[in-house]
Formats: sequence, structure tokens, C-alpha cells
Amino acid sequence: MNTVPLKLLTIIAEPILETRLTADLKEMGASGFTVTESRGEGSRGIRAGEVPGSGIRIETVVTEEVSGRILDFVARHYFPSYAVIAFVSAVDVVRGDKYV
Amino acid sequence: MSDVLRQNLLSPVALAFALGVTAKLIRSEFSLPKDVYAGLAAYLLLALGLKGGAELAHASFSVVALPAAATLALGVVTPLLSYFVLRVLGRFSIPDAAGIAAHYGSVSAVTFIAAQNFAKAMGAEVEGFLPTLLTLLESPGIHIALALGALKVATPGRSRSSVLHEVLTARTMVLLVGGLAVGFLMGEHNWASIEGFFDSKGAIFKGALTLFILEMGILAGSRLSDLKKVGPFLFGFAILMPVVHGALGAALGTLAGLSVGGAAVLGAMAASASYIAAPPAVRMTLPEANPTFYLTAALAITFPFNLLLGIPLYFGVSRWLHALVTT
Repeated sequence: MNTVPLKLLTIIAEPILETRLTADLKEMGASGFTVTESRGEGSRGIRAGEVPGSGIRIETVVTEEVSGRILDFVARHYFPSYAVIAFVSAVDVVRGDKYV
Repeated sequence: MSDVLRQNLLSPVALAFALGVTAKLIRSEFSLPKDVYAGLAAYLLLALGLKGGAELAHASFSVVALPAAATLALGVVTPLLSYFVLRVLGRFSIPDAAGIAAHYGSVSAVTFIAAQNFAKAMGAEVEGFLPTLLTLLESPGIHIALALGALKVATPGRSRSSVLHEVLTARTMVLLVGGLAVGFLMGEHNWASIEGFFDSKGAIFKGALTLFILEMGILAGSRLSDLKKVGPFLFGFAILMPVVHGALGAALGTLAGLSVGGAAVLGAMAASASYIAAPPAVRMTLPEANPTFYLTAALAITFPFNLLLGIPLYFGVSRWLHALVTT
């Protein structure tokens, strides 16, 4: 089957950021995303975002250019004060035209 | 007075809170599923709104106007006073002072319910329209404190209107204000048909409240280890500021013509610190503010203090003030 190399961008964040982050993603060119609830602990401890609610994990498949733009934006706007991590991995997807 | 205290300490809500804290202290894995907790919160808030609206429908404007004005005054004074005390005396940073002030300027619905139950248990009548005052007190404090913080600290990438939208559409506002409107519109006959389920004097409501407070005990218990981090100033603030706000609320309520019970409940409202509406609003608008400070102070110190000692105290102040006014 024909596959296309793209980027899987994963953002794990405190729950109150869900609406903002997903809006940001779409604005910057992501054609879709998946949000799952998550639990865990990191360098800020489990408390940093402890306004009640689980953490969220947002995944989106995008082009390299879009993933770079989103990472920059997230780093600038959310890293300083919120419990957020983001990383990119290389993926091969079928029906690559869905994501660009 | 010791009888009053014992009655308050042995009430279902106080004991449920203690059970929650204990469960956390012995490291029990128990906690209420978060959807159940959110559902109970929605039920309690909607019930308050509906009841308040139904009562408001047959309260005359002249009776409500003065207490409403007193409540709005409290909504303006309490966040400013808190901010000033934290900033000047406590030397907190601007975001921290504004974040904590937002919590103390807003109101805890559960403290309101507990105060209402206490007043009724003491044989004092409480005006039916008080939930209206609760909604009036809910948001100004948050907005004023957030504005104080936001004026000094630019929040990146957020327009003022989107923040306002987030606060105004928060579930507490929708359920309380929406409930008020629905209760007001539906009329006596329709209210009677659902009163059995939503009535705050009823067993269903009180049972739901007990369950809700059990989970609050667990949340507070999980913050006990943070008590060391908040420092002696904030610890003292979380007890003394409510006493000042409570006395102020009872005094303004008395002047505005509320009954002994009503003024005591208004005092408890002013004394209480929000932990449902304020935390997400502060987290979104003032992310630089340390959540450990405002959550621990509001939930692990002020809430139990008000529940156990504050409410009887504000009731005593209200009774004393009424005796003073009538003689």
C-alpha cells in the first residue's frame, strides 16, 4: 500500500487548555486531531495543573512545516506557565492527502 | 455556644468532610469518580438556581434591592481588600495576589448551603431569595481580581473578550444563572412538580451534598502536604480574611434588612472562597500564579474553617448585630 511520510505531533497538557489548544491547532493548519484523557506525572509534579480533571493528550498528523509552526507557538505561549509537553515523531500514513 | 459547635461538628457534612480527609490520610485508594463529582456539582448548583428563581418570582423588588446592593458591594470590596492585604502585608507577587484574591472575592456554593442549613437548624428563617445573591457574588470578585492581575501582567495571546467568554460560560454561571431564570419563569405550579427532587431542604439534596463533601474532603486531604508550602502568612490569611469578610457581610446584610439567618448566610458567602469557578478562570488568565497557593488556601484551610467554626461565628455576629440594631 502507498504510504506518505508525515509528522505525528503529540501535545500532553493540563485539561483547561483543551479548547485553546485545539483551536490553535486548527488555526495553524491541522486538518484534524484526537483528544484523549490521560494521567501521569512530570517535572512540575502532578499538581501544577490541578484544577480538577484529568490531563489531555492531543494528537494530530500534519506536515513537517505545520508541526514546526505549532511547536513554536506552543513553546512560546504555553511552556512558560503551564504543564505542557510536546513532541514530534515520524509516521507513515495511508491516504496522505487527508492531512495536508 | 459549645452545644452549637457540637451540633455543627457532628453534622453530616462536617463528618463526611472528615471522612474524606481521613481516607486520604490513611492513603485509601477511594475517591469519587470525577464524572460523579461533576454530576453532583451540576445537580447542587442547578437546584440552588431553580429554588432561588422560584422564590424570586414572588419576592417584591423592594425587599430584594437593598440586599442585592449590599451583595454587589461585598463582591467589589472583598477581592480588593484581599489583594491589598496579600500584596502589601504578605508581599506576594502580582499574579499570586490577584489569583488568591479572585478566590476570596468569589463565593463557595457549598459553604452557602452549609450556612443555610446551620441557620435553619438554629431555628432562624433564611430569606428564600438568597441564592440570587449567591449568583450576584459569584463573578464580580473573580473579574475584579483577574482584571487587577491582567492590567499589570500581560497575558500572551488572549484577548480580553475570550477570557470574559470563558468565565461567563463556566458551568457554575450557566447552572446558577440559568437555573434562576428557569425557576423564575416556570411558576409555582411547575416548581411544585419538581420540588421533591431539587428542594434544598429535602433528603435527596442533603444526601447529594454529603457525597459531594466527602469528595471535597478527599481533595482537601490531598493538599494537606502542601500546607507547609503556603507559609505562615497565607495560612493566617486563609483564616483571618474570612473572619473579616464574614463580619462585613453580616453587618451589611443586617443594615440591608436581612433577618438574623439571612445576614449570617450573607456573611458566610462573603467569607467563603471559591474552589469550583475561580480555579480554572485564574489558571487560564493568570497562569503565572502558583496554583498551590490558591487551591490549598481555599480548599484545605478556608473551606473547613468556615464549615466548622466560621459559620457559627458569623451567625453569632449576626445575632449580636441584630440585637444591637433593635435596642
